[in-house]
Order: sequence, then structure tokens, then C-alpha cells
Amino acid sequence: MVHLSTELLLQTLLSGILIGLIYALVAVGLTLIFGVMDVVNFAHGEFVMLGMYGAFWGMALFTLDPLVTLPLTALLLFGFGVLIYQVVIRRILTAPMLSQIFATFGMMILLRGLAQFLWKPDNRLVSHSLVDGKIAFSGLQFGGPQLMAGGGAIVVTLAVWLFLNRTRLGTALEATAIDREAATLMGINTQSMFALAWGIGAACAGIAGVLLSTFFPIFPEVGANFVLIAFVVVVLGGFGSVAGAFWAGIIVGEVEVLGGFLIGPTYKTALVLTLFLLVLLFKPKGLMGKA
Amino acid sequence: MQKFIRHLCVSAISLVMAAGVARAEDEIRIGVIYPLTGAAASTGVELKAAAELAAAVVNKEIPAPPGLVAGVGLPNLKGAKIKLVFGDHQGNPQVGATEAERLITQEHVVALLGCYFSNVTATASQVAERYGVPFLNGSSSSTPLSQRGFKWFFRTSPHDDLFVANFFEFFKDMEKTKGAKLKTLALFNENTLWGGETTKLETRLAEEQGYTVAEKILYPAKTTQMTSEVQRLKAASPEVVMQSSYLGDAILAMKTYKELGFTPAMLMANDAGFSDSEFLKTLGKDGDFILSREVWSLDLAEKNPLIRQVNDMMKERNKINFTGNSSREFTAIAVIADALNRAGSTAPEALRKALSETDIPGSATIMPWKGIKFDQTGQNTLGSGIIVQVQNGQYVTVWPFDVATKDVVYPMPAWDRR
Repeated sequence: MVHLSTELLLQTLLSGILIGLIYALVAVGLTLIFGVMDVVNFAHGEFVMLGMYGAFWGMALFTLDPLVTLPLTALLLFGFGVLIYQVVIRRILTAPMLSQIFATFGMMILLRGLAQFLWKPDNRLVSHSLVDGKIAFSGLQFGGPQLMAGGGAIVVTLAVWLFLNRTRLGTALEATAIDREAATLMGINTQSMFALAWGIGAACAGIAGVLLSTFFPIFPEVGANFVLIAFVVVVLGGFGSVAGAFWAGIIVGEVEVLGGFLIGPTYKTALVLTLFLLVLLFKPKGLMGKA
Repeated sequence: MQKFIRHLCVSAISLVMAAGVARAEDEIRIGVIYPLTGAAASTGVELKAAAELAAAVVNKEIPAPPGLVAGVGLPNLKGAKIKLVFGDHQGNPQVGATEAERLITQEHVVALLGCYFSNVTATASQVAERYGVPFLNGSSSSTPLSQRGFKWFFRTSPHDDLFVANFFEFFKDMEKTKGAKLKTLALFNENTLWGGETTKLETRLAEEQGYTVAEKILYPAKTTQMTSEVQRLKAASPEVVMQSSYLGDAILAMKTYKELGFTPAMLMANDAGFSDSEFLKTLGKDGDFILSREVWSLDLAEKNPLIRQVNDMMKERNKINFTGNSSREFTAIAVIADALNRAGSTAPEALRKALSETDIPGSATIMPWKGIKFDQTGQNTLGSGIIVQVQNGQYVTVWPFDVATKDVVYPMPAWDRR
């Protein structure tokens, strides 16, 4: 049986928080897009994948560290998000829900297929990054890449939250989310607000991808691993709530890592999905849901 | 223009006639079914090259190194030549069955070989069984294939259960000769059919042979983190971790071992992700010291000159090296040629009888086996896998000790002492 030492437990607990922060960052984009325009983006995991490939190609072609290329990758993903909105999503805003699902689902398959076609289905990894190595203190140890990823996720999530709550533009975005028509009457250009939401959403997922790229294998279907968990985080945090997604990401990370450690790793996905079901049954609005 | 077409017709007719002539008694047709198109096409093309090389050796089109069984040719059939007729199963069991039927009924092959994919071998060999044509399988490892009570099915390759049994033989050898202590095991396998069956078999063998299973983890291969798994392994602190993983999860597991500073005395991997050519390319020196089972390795050539010579022939003809798959297909052609020669006939029953009496010493093949001898079920009982270790970024053979090219590095050095 498992011999539990405090050291082992503490290490697991902290590792759970680190991965939870990444889940939160992936979910922030998803929840933002949903909150603002009620569209579920099934292609969200593919934004993470694109971010990872961005980091990889920066390293492979120009030997630039993922952290160096991060601002550019984020900007590219922002542009890509806006483009997706203008080309695809704008046309289906008033369409039935099923059409919206098919549109983003189709985009997911298209992006995966393109990645497979252009970059081959091989596994890749950014092997030597600036943050390699690890930090150890009193028996606990953390990989540099994982610490960097957790820290980066906090910074970006906080930045998005501040933007939404402390800036004029962010308030306009929030206003659009609360009542589209009233926002239009107040002189807010809702179209550009929607595009902005997609840009920020894609950029968040892309940044998560870049942060992951230093310790997670990169392959065309990698988004699938993260998007399921991101949905659970969004539901737990409450649709549309960035702060909710943050705390929910950490909770889901703990349920998976610590729960998996204590009850058995075989059940870790089952534990997360059980949480998902419980939230839907007993608190469908989530922790900090608005709608 | 008309004249041109007439010419074309005439040449086409003469070609057909020529083909008819070439089909005379002195040519023995053997059907070979591989995935020549589709996702596994690149492997299929390599297998085809290996089979063609073996046929060229049997037909004495290229001189064979002395001692190679394929080099004997077919003297008892008055020096007849074999002709390989290829079928393409595209990775699809239905297509494989149709191709088997076509080769038997239309191409009149005397035996069938293939199909690399276990699930295609299953359907194609059913067709051969129905028609009473010998089916020789060179490289499918699914265990149940040779447990179907077929009369016409033969398999030269070891199957999955034998490979797992090899792990325990290796542990025993390590304990005997290197004084290793390998009593507690952790089974760490992915949770689909492959990992599940492996876990069951490992559990049974561990019990039978007096090993303690300290931890048993089945994990989902598509996962975002393996911290919980690795922490469980750490808590159990086994001497050996026996791991079955695909590529992505193998890489993530190695990264997590490093992050959390976990090193068992031995990491015994079950092929797949750990011997994928991408594994070392991706991990670099972090992949060092893992052990994995393999069916074959190029460094075996250092101990067996036959392997080097045959590999040189392959390199010259096709600009590629042999692999565990192509070496086994090369061997399958050699085995069917040997049986044809001993039968002295292409009659199905005579060929089947000759196959069942096959007795080829390992030293006459390019495989690290003791030999080729089939039991009642048609399974080769003298085959075995090898165990390789990554040393300085290369897979080197470390077991069986008599074919090993390097000593095992044991125990695996801790991450901070590398």
C-alpha cells in the first residue's frame, strides 16, 4: 500500500496547483468567449496546440526560446482568434445552437488535420529552454518549466481579470456580455467586442500552449487532452467568470492530482468527471456564475 | 495513330503470353500480403524490400554469405525459382481477406505470407485455412493468433506473452550473474487492451516466480499530467518499474520522473513508445538507461557476421537498414524456401508437413533466436526477444547475455548524478 509521508503529500498538493493554474489559463479563454456571446468553442484545445507549435517552430527555426517568442506567439494567436471570428463565427451568431456547435467542431477537425498535414503527426518537444533545471528545498522539488508555467498562468489570468474589471474597454466587454442590446444602445460596438473576446480567448490558450511546450510533448491532437478538462473548469467556475475559472482550475487540478494520488491514478479522470456531474446537479451556475 | 495502337495491342498480347510462359513449372509462386498503402505504407515498403531481398538470395540472384539458410536455394526442386506475388491489405482486415482469396484462387500461390498487422493476419489466415494453403506469419505478435487450433497456420515470431516472459527470465539472469536485487515490481501500464492484458500476464508471472507487485497502475494514455502516477510509484519505491506506454505518454512519464526526481533501480519498458524512433530524438540524453524489449537490433551484427553481411546487401539494394520487422519478414521467406526445398514439391500437404518439421538453428538466421521449430499450434518455440538499453543515446543489446554487445548499466543512475 501507499506509504504517505508529509513530504509526498505536500509535493503532490503543490504539483496539483501548478497544473491547475494551466487548466485555469486554458479555461479563461473558453469562459470569456462563452460569457460574451454564448458560443461554445470546441476548437479551443486547438488554440493551445497552435501555441505549442508556435513555441516549437520559434525554437526549431530561429533557436529562440519559447519565453522570448511568447509575446509574438500570443499576438499571432490574438490575430488568429479575431480572424476566426470575422470569417466563421460572425456568420453564425444568430444561427441555431446546433449550427454553432458544428461550426466550431468542424474548425477543431480542420485545425487538427492541417497540423497533421503540415507538421506531421510526430511528437515533438522543446528540449532546452531557459527554464530547464529544477528547484529543490526541504525535500520538495519542482521543475523549472512547471514553475514557470504556473507563474506565467497566474500573471496572464490576473492581467485578463484586471483588463475586464479595471479598464474602460474591459468594462465595455463585460457590458456586452451582460446585455448585448443595451450595450449597443450605449454606443458600444458589439462586433468589435466579440472579435476582441475571440482574440483574448485564443491568445490565453496560445500562451498556455507556449508555457506547456517546455515540458509537454507537442503533437496535432494534443488539444484534446486539455479541452475536456477546460470544459469541466468552465462549468465549475461558472460560465463567463474569469475569477471563477481561476479558482476552479486549481480545484480541478487538485481533484485530479491529489485525488488520483490518494484514490488511485486509474480513477483520476473519473474523479474529475464526477466533480463535473456533481456541479451540474447541485450548483449548475458554478462557483461564481452570472447567468 | 492507328498503327501505334496496333503496336500497343501486339506488345500487350506478347507481354501477357510472356507472363504465361514464365508461369511454367520452374517458378513457384508465393503470395505475400503487406500494408503497401495507407498509414503503415512506409513499414510495408520496407517489409517488401526485405522479402524481395530474401527471394533474390533464395533464387541465387545475389550470392549469399555462407551459413545462411536462405542461401541453400531449392536444389531438391531442380533449382526452381520462387516468385513473390504481392497483395496490399491497406491496414484493413477485410481487404486482407479479399487479397488472400485473390492470391489463392487467381494467382495460384502455393503459400501465403504476411500480414504484419495482427488483426489482418487473423482474417487472411482464416481464408488460407479454408482453402488448405499454408500460411506463414513472420511478424504479428498477438498471442491468440496461434491458439485458434488452425492446421495451416505457422508463426516464426515470438508472441506478446513470450516477450513478457522474457522480462522475468532477464530479471532471473540479472539476479544470478550481477547480484541484482529485483524483488519488488511496480506495474505501470496504459489502460487499453494492450496495457490491461500485459498487467494481467505480468501479475500472474510475478506471482509464479516469487516477485512482489508493490504497485499496479493503469493510466489513461491521453492525459495532461502524470504527477499522481509518479507520486504513487515513489510511495511504493519498487526496484523495477515495468511500463507499457505509447509515445506521448512515455515522453510525459520520463519528463515527470525527472521533475519529481524518481529513479527506480530498473525501468523495464515494453517496447512501443520507448523504442519509437521519436523517443530518443525528443528526449535526448534524458532517455538514457531505460531498458526495453525489442525483437531485433542492428548492433547484433557486431556478434553475428551474418547480420552484418545481409544488412550490407539491404543497404546496397535499398539504401535502408534492417529493422525488427523487416528482419523477421526476411526470415519468413527463408523458412518457406527451406520447407519447399525439403518437401521437394509444391503440393499443399507436402509443404505443410515440411513446415511442421522445420528445424533451423538460430545461427543460420539473422534473428537473435535459438532457432525455428514449430509446436502443435504452429508457433515457433525457439524464438525470443532481446532487451536493449539506451546508452549514450543509442539502443544497445544487453540481453540475452550471449548475444549482448554491451553490459547492462545497473542500477539506473539518479537524475542528479548524471
